[in-house]
Amino acid sequence: MSQTTAFIVDTLVHATPLMITGLAVAIAFRAGIWNIGADGQFIAGATAAAWIGVSAPATIGWLALPLALVAGAIAGGIWAAIAAWLRSRFAVLEVISTIMLNFIATYGASYLVRGPLQEPTHVFPQTSSIVAGAHMPILISDTRLHWGFILGLLLSVLTWYAMKYSATGFRIRASGMNPFAARNAGLINVPRVTSGAFIVSGAIAGIAGGVEVCGVTFALYENISPGYGYTAIAVALLAGLNPLGVIGTGILFGALETAAGTMQRNAGIPATTASVIEAVVILGVIGIAQFRSRCSVSAT
Amino acid sequence: MHDVALELASITKSFGRTTALQSASLSARRGTVHAILGENGAGKTSLMRIAFGMLQPDAGTIRVNGDIKSFASPSAAIANGIAMVHQHFTLVRAMTVTENVALGGRGLLHPRKARSELLALARRTGFAIDPDARVEELPAGAQQRVEILKALSHKPRVLILDEPTAILTPIEAHDLLNRARELVNDGGTAILITHKLRDALKFADDITVLRRGATVWTGRADEATEDALVSAMLGGERAPLESLEGNNSRRKRASVSEVVMALRNVSVRDASGVERLKAASLEVCAGEIVGVAAVEGNGQHELLRVLAGRIGATSGVVTLPPSVGFIPEDRQRDALIQDLSLRDNVALAGAGARRGMMDWVAIGDRTRNLLGAYDVRARDENVHASTLSGGNQQKLVVGREIEWAHVALVAENPSRGLDIHASAAVRARIIEARDSGAAVVIYSSDLDEIVSLADRVVVVYAGKVSECGNDYESIGRAMLGVTPP
Amino acid sequence: MEAFLEGVVRTATPLALAALGETVTERSGIINIGLEGSIIAGALGSVVGAAHGGVWAGFVFGAVCGLAVAAIFALFAVVLRADQIITGTAVTLLALGGTGTLYRLIYGSAGAALNTPTLNPAAIPFLSKIPVVGLALFAQPSITYVLYALIPVVSWWMYRTHAGLALRSVGENPAAAIAAGVRGKRVQFTAVLFGGALGGVSGATLVLAQAGTFVEGMSAGRGFIAIAIVVLGRWNPLGTVLAALIFGAASALQFYFQAIGTNLPYQLFLAFPYVLTLIALAATHGRVSAPAALGRQDLELE
Repeated sequence: MSQTTAFIVDTLVHATPLMITGLAVAIAFRAGIWNIGADGQFIAGATAAAWIGVSAPATIGWLALPLALVAGAIAGGIWAAIAAWLRSRFAVLEVISTIMLNFIATYGASYLVRGPLQEPTHVFPQTSSIVAGAHMPILISDTRLHWGFILGLLLSVLTWYAMKYSATGFRIRASGMNPFAARNAGLINVPRVTSGAFIVSGAIAGIAGGVEVCGVTFALYENISPGYGYTAIAVALLAGLNPLGVIGTGILFGALETAAGTMQRNAGIPATTASVIEAVVILGVIGIAQFRSRCSVSAT
Repeated sequence: MHDVALELASITKSFGRTTALQSASLSARRGTVHAILGENGAGKTSLMRIAFGMLQPDAGTIRVNGDIKSFASPSAAIANGIAMVHQHFTLVRAMTVTENVALGGRGLLHPRKARSELLALARRTGFAIDPDARVEELPAGAQQRVEILKALSHKPRVLILDEPTAILTPIEAHDLLNRARELVNDGGTAILITHKLRDALKFADDITVLRRGATVWTGRADEATEDALVSAMLGGERAPLESLEGNNSRRKRASVSEVVMALRNVSVRDASGVERLKAASLEVCAGEIVGVAAVEGNGQHELLRVLAGRIGATSGVVTLPPSVGFIPEDRQRDALIQDLSLRDNVALAGAGARRGMMDWVAIGDRTRNLLGAYDVRARDENVHASTLSGGNQQKLVVGREIEWAHVALVAENPSRGLDIHASAAVRARIIEARDSGAAVVIYSSDLDEIVSLADRVVVVYAGKVSECGNDYESIGRAMLGVTPP
Repeated sequence: MEAFLEGVVRTATPLALAALGETVTERSGIINIGLEGSIIAGALGSVVGAAHGGVWAGFVFGAVCGLAVAAIFALFAVVLRADQIITGTAVTLLALGGTGTLYRLIYGSAGAALNTPTLNPAAIPFLSKIPVVGLALFAQPSITYVLYALIPVVSWWMYRTHAGLALRSVGENPAAAIAAGVRGKRVQFTAVLFGGALGGVSGATLVLAQAGTFVEGMSAGRGFIAIAIVVLGRWNPLGTVLAALIFGAASALQFYFQAIGTNLPYQLFLAFPYVLTLIALAATHGRVSAPAALGRQDLELE
């Protein structure tokens, strides 16, 4: 395999979780929900998928894969639902609650891989490998590229269509852009719509966690997410919160992370540089947007 | 000392492509009350905000006592003896009256000293106030007094009053305008922004008329006639005046018909548990316009929203048709999504209950028809709502709500901030809806609008709804809670 | 027991410093989620400063670094009026990644053994002899005494000066403040910088009064916890510091339980402050009134 092919494959493998978590963030932000918790939802999803993957009996065969992914979605959705409930019931800022839930998920996963879910030899902080039936099929043979990437594409297109053409999608957009008008002019139940979008967002981030376990790691480790949920914010914002755009920006950041990894090995440039670049991208996007809107205000 | 306290010469100001002021001028003599008269959108407030340093002019000069000045901020204008009482209160609701009046000072804050100074000022000027009350606990009239005391605390030589009577009952308004004259008796100057011709003639020494950002008339009040001022304000465009001031001549109420909206003993508590509406009962029939009059904060906000089905009642029985059109006061925020297209904004009506997919093609057609039928001037249905002028935005909202609901319409200050043509168009549409059988409820802080439009008037006072005669005298008394003998 | 109380005050100090600064920031109507970034920048800055000029130079340079990070936030959130949440998140990412990168560039990938001078506890005569609480309150590193001094100073400034009144009014109703002659943007900018500087001091405290070294990501969400503390402390300086003590207790409990040796997994204790934050935020619901204009970037100033 040539170096270029290897780079492309690595990029797409890295892009998969970023694309899906970016999609999750885009949905939430569209609904006016500042879900900074895709990381925790990702970990929750990965944990649930790994649990199913490890404990599924071999007799159910390939059914283990969809079961694991659905479990990931449910776990991610529940993790987001906690923050959604705190928000709607107690008006707790979701920014704070989702960040807290990220820490709790990290420590929770850490506890599980050193406790109840630890591999039988009790040496390594990780679960046993998931059953073969829960493995994501490989997309291109002899590479690590798996069908999770295609699943990410499908989810993006589906979300784009739903946001644009369904009544629910319209309600989410209206509620996010102006909850007052959505309520007064549209008679939309804004808390219900935004909570729903929040939970769906968490479920999608949970799927990303499931895909990572079933397609890449085949077990649950400590620190299974190197901060995907935060990179996802850059992915979503750079895409202009457009579900189709997330495909492109997800691949872009996948390439960035691949390159950062290579550079760290070869040139000693720390991988943390990638998060600096993400931050600069976010600031650049919002800076340009604000600058433009100021120009257009003074020009109309 | 110079005879002219404040002079604004050839002031020009644009906001992007809109020219708000086109070489507008004003010369306020010392010791006089000077009225600035003009329709909504004529540029009165913009001109005075420039004098107060809240806006910077593109061209023109400001002279205070003959000296050229430029004010980078309100603090600079205050330092030069200019103070302004704003139309929309600029008070910090969570703070006390004393804190609000002290705001803008320097150095150490001595609460007790600030309090006694305020009390002294209140005694001197006759504006009674509780210095320790939180502003949010005060009724609108008292808040107005805080605004005025705040302006007077800077010991201004020029006091600008922007539509100071807009939220007051006729009696309070009369009292305040008389005071404006007292305030200037010791050598100060008061500038009164108003769109009410009679107030200008009655209370001012001099009058300046603005139309479309330019000064079109200026002179002594005792030399002015109503006719001359009206034609100056409208520029010979007399036609819409009928719908502005003329009575709702087509008051051909259909014979008493069925009740469309009904409240029986309805109470509403707000989020903090305060009972805003108290056992209100009201029936609105098909083919009638019920006018609602009230001083700000008496529960009319809740009454309208209960009638529109936008909030629920805490207790009592509410009977409404399946859909009620609602034109909220803050249309920028509550009726439109500025960054969505006109088509999407039309789709918003009824979006809460829609199932399945959005038929964007059909909604687009409907939007185009609506733009034509309601004379909304827009390039097409795909432009953002934010690109429309205030008048066109409101015509879109009115059209959308009437077309969506048909049988019932609730409108809150529907013509506030609109120019004369747009106001006339909006009122005509509301009357048309009534004539075609809709039950209409309209609240306006402008009594003229209620008296001219309503078939029947109710007044909300301290959360209680009561029927009232359709004339200024009885509405004014009822708004103050004075029960007829 | 005395050891436990001492631990409470020690772990509460950096939280209280950061929360005190954030209280001032939020009173101006700005919620600075980037506080976490100021803390981590202050932590790294303090290492550099202390290496060159001793402990107090470390605190000063930590404050400067925290302030610099806050300046980036203020540029976007106050000057350009970009969304405060997004800006704050980006600034946090920037500072976490930036400090990690700089640290490795300066001290090598292994994170060379650092000989950072640290602040030893300094017992105050007489006061530290008070039974039960004496040692806990008055035998602390002197940065804790700086905190004690800051509480009344910030309170006095907030409620007894016109500048403090201006700050509070901008957070409640910027339009009113500006109409009264207050320079709204300048007030907010300064308030953000003040909060960032105290965030930097908070980070410096983690290094110079506690860990004795810099570790990547050592702020560990304290910036976010501090924001929760501000809510719990009802946006006033004294309340904030008292709320910080509760969180200090939650963290100290973790060492306490480890010391007495329980079978409970240690991750449970590590997660405890974060769980407590969620519970505390839910419990204070409806009994607090935030500054009315908090977090609203749509308000055009000046």
